[in-house]
Amino acid sequence: MNLAAELHDVIVAPSGFPVLSGLTLEVQVGECLLLEGANGAGKTSALRLLGGLSTVISGHGQILGVDIATGDRREIRRRVGWLGHEGSFYDELTVEENLTYACRLTQRPRASIADAIERVGLGDRRATRTGLLSAGQHRRVALAWLLILRPRLWLLDEPFAALDATARALLHEILRDATQAGASIVMSSHEKNLEFATAPRRVTLLGGRAAS
Amino acid sequence: MLVAAKDLRIELRSRVLLWQVVPFGVMALMLTGLAMGPNSQNAANLAPGMFYLVLLFVVILTVSRAFAIESPVGTSQSTKMLGLDPAGVFLGKASAIFLQLLLVGSVLLLGAATLLHIAAGVVLHALPSVVLALGGLAITGTLYGALTSGISGTTTLLPVLALPAFAPLLIAGERAFTSVALHQSGLRWLLLLILVPVVYTAVGILLYGVVEE
Amino acid sequence: MKELARRSLGPAALLAFLGTMVLGLFVTPRDEVQGNLARLLYIHPAEAWIALYVGFGSATIASILYLWPRTRSAGMDVAAEASVEVSLIFILLTLLTGSLWGRPAWGVWWVWDARLTSTAVLGVLALGYLALRRATDDPQLRARRSAVMAILSAVNVPIVHFSVLWWKTLHQGATVFNPGLKLKVHGIMAETMLLSFVAFTLVFAWLVRERYRFGMTRVQRQDEVLAEAVANRQQEGIHS
Repeated sequence: MNLAAELHDVIVAPSGFPVLSGLTLEVQVGECLLLEGANGAGKTSALRLLGGLSTVISGHGQILGVDIATGDRREIRRRVGWLGHEGSFYDELTVEENLTYACRLTQRPRASIADAIERVGLGDRRATRTGLLSAGQHRRVALAWLLILRPRLWLLDEPFAALDATARALLHEILRDATQAGASIVMSSHEKNLEFATAPRRVTLLGGRAAS
Repeated sequence: MLVAAKDLRIELRSRVLLWQVVPFGVMALMLTGLAMGPNSQNAANLAPGMFYLVLLFVVILTVSRAFAIESPVGTSQSTKMLGLDPAGVFLGKASAIFLQLLLVGSVLLLGAATLLHIAAGVVLHALPSVVLALGGLAITGTLYGALTSGISGTTTLLPVLALPAFAPLLIAGERAFTSVALHQSGLRWLLLLILVPVVYTAVGILLYGVVEE
Repeated sequence: MKELARRSLGPAALLAFLGTMVLGLFVTPRDEVQGNLARLLYIHPAEAWIALYVGFGSATIASILYLWPRTRSAGMDVAAEASVEVSLIFILLTLLTGSLWGRPAWGVWWVWDARLTSTAVLGVLALGYLALRRATDDPQLRARRSAVMAILSAVNVPIVHFSVLWWKTLHQGATVFNPGLKLKVHGIMAETMLLSFVAFTLVFAWLVRERYRFGMTRVQRQDEVLAEAVANRQQEGIHS
């Protein structure tokens, strides 16, 4: 089977509330999967689970070959790429320093940093402190990190929020390249009728499960 | 080491240490002087103890600051996503805190020497014990800082949990300092000051991953 | 057999406790020097034994077992919490009876004795442990962090104890234990003291077990609530 991730009847309930109430989901290698659903339907929770950030209460499955119940979640986190709502870098460090720091910690070559910054259109902001950037620019920094990381599974939480038309086009392009290179993408969006360069498979979440 | 370099660079940019923690420490020292009354004869005898007492509060501030920079949701999440080796993060955090404490500690030591009349020679001879104590405080502080980070009531919980662990370091540091002043051997206190960080480093390397999850 | 042991723990604890009281209050003689004050001997050392060793010892063991992946279970976490809670009561009793004895014997309510100080520090640590538990919502996070806290406390207490011991002995020549006050423990007094250790250990075990049962009921109840919440959550999708 060519699955990047599979989840069966997974329940996740941090602090007692079941954000996921028996989620079953399969992610094929090289596919782009779009999670749709209302606010609070469990989209972000599903992405967090795929990112190895949640403790599973019941259910089984694997993510990039790591068992979700018994495996080392740190290993999952090392293998996936994450783009969240929040600015996920240190405000006091510049764009380039943030990326260099992440590269050195994960022992990746730093050669690709300049290219990645250029590609996401932040060439003239590389020495700007991340705290001074706008929300959209934060997204672009996070995107640059994903370009450097080249993960096998991309997890994007509302990736189109706060992006302008050029950035959207850029994101589409980057996602298409990624899937063509064999990576799998799971993203969430509550916007209906998104235009996609690559037609994604759509799954609607309802009450913490995939609606059939 | 990367973690430490990053923390120090952030500190250098934000200057919280310089503009907030150091002035707090100096003022606290002055308050201890004032609290001992206008003609206190034994101010110099009490000085090492007062210095350490103020130092403990400064450590609490420094540690909570060190964990505050990690706590914005996005930052902690993306750091987690890097899947770092917890023992390395622990040692990196602790060394950054240690270096910051060295800086604040030397300002406070100078302040204590001036305000509470400790002889310069005594300060110089007590220096090794102070450095050791700062190391111990940095390591234990890092552990308790991680233990209380990211949960409600962090700022109030950290001192409650950390201060009992700081107590032996306070005792050993103060005794080592005073024994210098009284020309006694403070060897056993130095040993204690070495033992405590060693023990907590071992515990930290073993358990930091559990805490961080 | 097991059932019998389970049922008899409570009555056995009560019996041993009553036995200690009767022997301690009526059968044993007054001490020549300290008079009736010496009768605290039949409760204070036993309380301290529970507070310093049995209570925190079992909490530490339960915490280590929780962190060890093979033995991890909600039960270990509940057991650790139960031990710390009951220990806290014994710590407070130890300090209280210690003060009651200290006031007439030493003239002050408090002295900077190593055992006294480390007991007090242990009390603060136990409070900290319980405060940490109450500050955390996520049960798994709570269990992990409080287990680490228990282990850190177990590391800390001996260090505090020895540093205070050194701190005392080096700089205050005379010890607080005036030789004239030394108790001669023999005969029925020794037997009563021994019984008090047994009694308090049984009382501790009984309290922890009851607290553990309560904790486990709560865990079960939480599981039921969760199952209900999962069912509700699944309905969310269908009706909207």
